Amino acid sequence: MAELEATVLAGEEMEVSFGPQHPATHGVLRLQLKVDGEKIVDAKPIIGYLHRGTEKLFERETYPQCIPHTDRMDYTAAATNNQGFVGAVEKLMGITIPPRAAYIRMILAELQRIASHIIWLATHALDIGAVTPFFYTFEEREKILDLFEEYCGARLTLNTMRIGGVPWDLPEGWTGRCRKFVEELPKKIEDWERLLTNNRIWKARTVGVGVIDAEKAIAWGLTGPPLRGSGVQWDIRKVFPYDRYDEVEFDIPIGKNGDTYDRYLVRMEEMRQSVRIIRQCLDRLPDGPVMAWVPKVIRPPKGEVYFSVEGPKGELGYYIVSDGGVTPYRVRVRPPCFVNLQALPELVKGHLVADVVAVIGTLDIVLGEIDR
Amino acid sequence: MNELLWTYVGWPLVKILVILLALVLLAAYLSWFERKLLAYMQIRLGPNRVGPKGWLQPIADALKLFVKEDLTPTFAEKFVFLLGPVLIIVPALAVFSVIPFGPSPNLFVTDVNIGVLFVLAVSSIGVYGIILGGWASNNKFSLMGGLRSAAQMISYEVPMGFAVVTVLVMAKSLSLVRIVEAQKEAGVWFVFPGFVAFFIYFVCGVAETNRNPFDLPEAESELVAGYHTEYSGMKFAFYFLAEYANMVVVSSMATVMFLGGWLRPFPNVAALAFLDVIPPLGWFLLKVAFFLFAYIWFRGTFPRYRFDQLMRLGWKVLLPVSLANLLVVAYFVSLPGGKL
Repeated sequence: MAELEATVLAGEEMEVSFGPQHPATHGVLRLQLKVDGEKIVDAKPIIGYLHRGTEKLFERETYPQCIPHTDRMDYTAAATNNQGFVGAVEKLMGITIPPRAAYIRMILAELQRIASHIIWLATHALDIGAVTPFFYTFEEREKILDLFEEYCGARLTLNTMRIGGVPWDLPEGWTGRCRKFVEELPKKIEDWERLLTNNRIWKARTVGVGVIDAEKAIAWGLTGPPLRGSGVQWDIRKVFPYDRYDEVEFDIPIGKNGDTYDRYLVRMEEMRQSVRIIRQCLDRLPDGPVMAWVPKVIRPPKGEVYFSVEGPKGELGYYIVSDGGVTPYRVRVRPPCFVNLQALPELVKGHLVADVVAVIGTLDIVLGEIDR
Repeated sequence: MNELLWTYVGWPLVKILVILLALVLLAAYLSWFERKLLAYMQIRLGPNRVGPKGWLQPIADALKLFVKEDLTPTFAEKFVFLLGPVLIIVPALAVFSVIPFGPSPNLFVTDVNIGVLFVLAVSSIGVYGIILGGWASNNKFSLMGGLRSAAQMISYEVPMGFAVVTVLVMAKSLSLVRIVEAQKEAGVWFVFPGFVAFFIYFVCGVAETNRNPFDLPEAESELVAGYHTEYSGMKFAFYFLAEYANMVVVSSMATVMFLGGWLRPFPNVAALAFLDVIPPLGWFLLKVAFFLFAYIWFRGTFPRYRFDQLMRLGWKVLLPVSLANLLVVAYFVSLPGGKL
């Protein structure tokens, strides 16, 4: 039958330029699709439309000045971007941050993870044609952004961590408001799941779409939910704990089949786990200073360092080479989205055009980070 | 002579004009209704700036589309590009000539004895507007949208046809007025004996009008805007208007064939006579409004099917079920004493 299709039904191949101006490419991703009717023969991602030379900029800014630039890479997850960068510099300089600062960082990072997953869920559902979840989810994201705003004044590009700790202590009453939010969130997640998880159309669109097995996922270098969706239990927070992640309890949700639906379930569960982490952090939040003693001028010793955190999208790593000066000699970012995007042609080949948007959604890419 | 002129030219023209205007206005306000309702389903406010509670929004939208530049892409097939919107709007409006809004002859333009066939035939011309418009735009996304729509509308017409035949078997007539009267004589709306056909008809109707969850031809997240990507100004407005007019057609047909048209619930039960305070036209509009609400409800709830899944649903599920249902209904009708 397959042969018959290949010989008799094969039509003329058509090239479609999917993006960079396209509602479903999550920014300015361009895909050069070769399609046979609606079937994808080949897909080639073309990136670079949002290149801002961030890594080069790092080389001419002092270390503290670099932090705001990290905000702008994955603009949906500024807090974890900060966390990775300041963590790398601290590792290079051998600074231990005060426990209170570590807990505040964890709370901010987990809130950010939830916010990022909310954007993923909203746009993923929107791409598959369900408009309503977008509005329900964004209402909750708004509350997270309000919490951020109250803490650091910014809602999106937070710039909320410093080398040696966090810049401010939590405002009065913030923990109470944060607790109220995390107590309410699981119910909302249930609401969203009621719209999608057992929806026949949602399942039809996601089960068995964009399948990648564990071995291949590792070979492609996938990290984050795309890797865990394939059943690999790998989370930087667990395997190389940073801040105080070794002191809190949480599970790493994994999928079985490595398809879009499993990745969806993994991310939904991750939001619940984040709530669990925030709850524990709020319970145990120690007193004390929020900044370690650091020199006024940050001059890490000569050397190099690699430090990675578990971003919402996967392993976000910073490789910093220092020549002992006030600016880094070289900074290389290991962006999870860039690496995850590589697998896209593999995931969509043989599927239909409609699946391309589902797969782009399930990889949860942010072009700001891919192009930097 | 004058009287003849009035009966055969003047009066029908007046009726046509009134229905046409009402319909265009209805379609425009349906877009307002949809935006508002969808907004409330999605915890938003919807249009509320133009006029009180946004009541003038459709008028503003129409004005905007009127004054917009009428673009034709350089490489478009000019004549066909122009023909597309015409081919979709004309059938969408023409269908209303046979739809009975009420029992009195003043409430419908004409009662054709093959009314159902007329509706099916004319409304399926609309697919040409979409496929030609999509092809003539000379845009790959439009072309895909046009092709999807052609495949979709043709496949869903078949089970829809069988669902309609079920009604014809029960009513023993092709005239829409007659179908409603048959429901009055039977004392029960056809939705009860023919609920399978009703279900199939409405699902196919949603697919026919390219609405969510079957809105693949214009799936914005895949095909940008599908077949009308390149259309702007009034040409786009025609596509837009036709979509809403078609929604009203499908809803009206469902009302006439399954929900007893202008009849009140249980038309022969005297105890419910107090329901007659609502005039027949009111009942008709209420039922149509129910279907239109369902349309918007679907849009607020469902994700979108994929192309192959849509085809599978049409050919492998709806078609066999509608055929089997037709046989069962025909068997019961042919039984001696089968009064339906």
